[in-house]
Amino acid sequence: MAVSGIIMLLYLVAHMIGNLKAFAGRETFNSYSHWIRTIGEPAVPAQTFLTIMRILLVVTVVAHFWAAISLWRQARRARPQRYVTKKPAAQSYASRTMRWGGVIVLAFIVYHILDLTLGVANPEGPGTTPYDRLVAGFSNPLVVAFYTIALVLLGMHLRHGIWSATQTLGQSNKRREKTVNHFALAFSVLLIGGFLIVPFSVLLGIID
Amino acid sequence: MTATREGATFATGTAGDDPAMEKHDMTLTLRVWRQKGPQHKGKMVTYRVTDISPDMSFLEMLDVLNEQLILAGDDPVVFDHDCREGICGSCGLMINGQAHGPEQTTTCQLHMRKFKDGDSIDIEPWRASAFPVIKDLSVDRRALDRIVQAGGYISAPTGTAPEAHSILVAKKDSDAAFDAATCIGCGACVAACPNASSMLFTAAKVTHLGLLPQGQPERNDRVVNMVAQQDREGFGGCSNIGECSAACPKGISMETISRLNHDLLGALRAGARPKS
Repeated sequence: MAVSGIIMLLYLVAHMIGNLKAFAGRETFNSYSHWIRTIGEPAVPAQTFLTIMRILLVVTVVAHFWAAISLWRQARRARPQRYVTKKPAAQSYASRTMRWGGVIVLAFIVYHILDLTLGVANPEGPGTTPYDRLVAGFSNPLVVAFYTIALVLLGMHLRHGIWSATQTLGQSNKRREKTVNHFALAFSVLLIGGFLIVPFSVLLGIID
Repeated sequence: MTATREGATFATGTAGDDPAMEKHDMTLTLRVWRQKGPQHKGKMVTYRVTDISPDMSFLEMLDVLNEQLILAGDDPVVFDHDCREGICGSCGLMINGQAHGPEQTTTCQLHMRKFKDGDSIDIEPWRASAFPVIKDLSVDRRALDRIVQAGGYISAPTGTAPEAHSILVAKKDSDAAFDAATCIGCGACVAACPNASSMLFTAAKVTHLGLLPQGQPERNDRVVNMVAQQDREGFGGCSNIGECSAACPKGISMETISRLNHDLLGALRAGARPKS
């Protein structure tokens, strides 16, 4: 759970920084996208780096889900008879939405790949440049709304996930507990803010 | 002066006769989980109790209920209790959806002044498949004993108390070990956990022994065997939500869970494997 989460988290940081190239204009954004597909050429065939990344990410997503589902099932087995009355005392909204939030984020990732990577769910369609798909997709307020909901859920997922991973890897203690939680919150807000600034800039006409 | 005043108070008679005290007595509606035995299906049954003093403990309030039931020829409500001073870990009830009720203490140390006249209180047993209900509110918590048997001990012959200076323990470590050792094994952590995990209990034992010199020889085997045993008992997994620590009457910190995981990863790297 923790290790696969951290790998995906590192990917998200790179992804978010890459997205910000949309502000540098059409040429820069498209050439960045082209560069990712040609890293290492001609020493290695085209798309080598990208394919390795994709395999790594699919493996980590599967591992993350496998761990989550086994924990979920274990928890259900551990309490077959639920409480008539149960009042939460300490849990955050973030920790409560980890499971269903994770499922929604997965559905979002599938849509996101169909929309911007493959282009099949995009108004511009496949075979267009990444920049065109970006502008076309985010010109629709409904698409931006869905991205916002999914990304806020992802942000909460990370807010609890970073803390939880620190615990699982045995790196937390009483002194660090507050720092880790503050860091998790600040990191999630920054990351999700970085992701959301692009769709909102398209919607508001800053990027066109 | 003080003596005179006390004398005056006593002169007015017992608290029960004092009209000022009487108006504080409460009438409560209790919804209690009644279950005849492990194989029976249980249900919530509503009772009314009157003349409950705010100075009673929660268990004394249940004693009043049971006296009513016995006088009426009904079966009294079974609940676990022993020392009634917050140190044995026997009592433990889910009160209005919170383990040990609205205060972070044991059920026996919870007082009725925490409730208001006319309140409705839901009382349920700890719910976990590893804690099967014996009857009513009493559950079988031997699963926790078996976790301790799996490694929560030291096998060094201790003999009489050794010279305190012969093995030095850092103040920071002895304090943290003692904090973990305050765990009374009541099971509130399991009851409060959305996953019904016993992680805080096991972590308290691992931390308590792992921080002290006497705990070192078996440190690796202890953590892998205790974690394997808690899985075998059918407890859930930990997702670091923190309900356990918030419900713990001894305030065992989430830090112990991190320490358990740290020890566990170290032990597995060092080649320690659970006994099958």
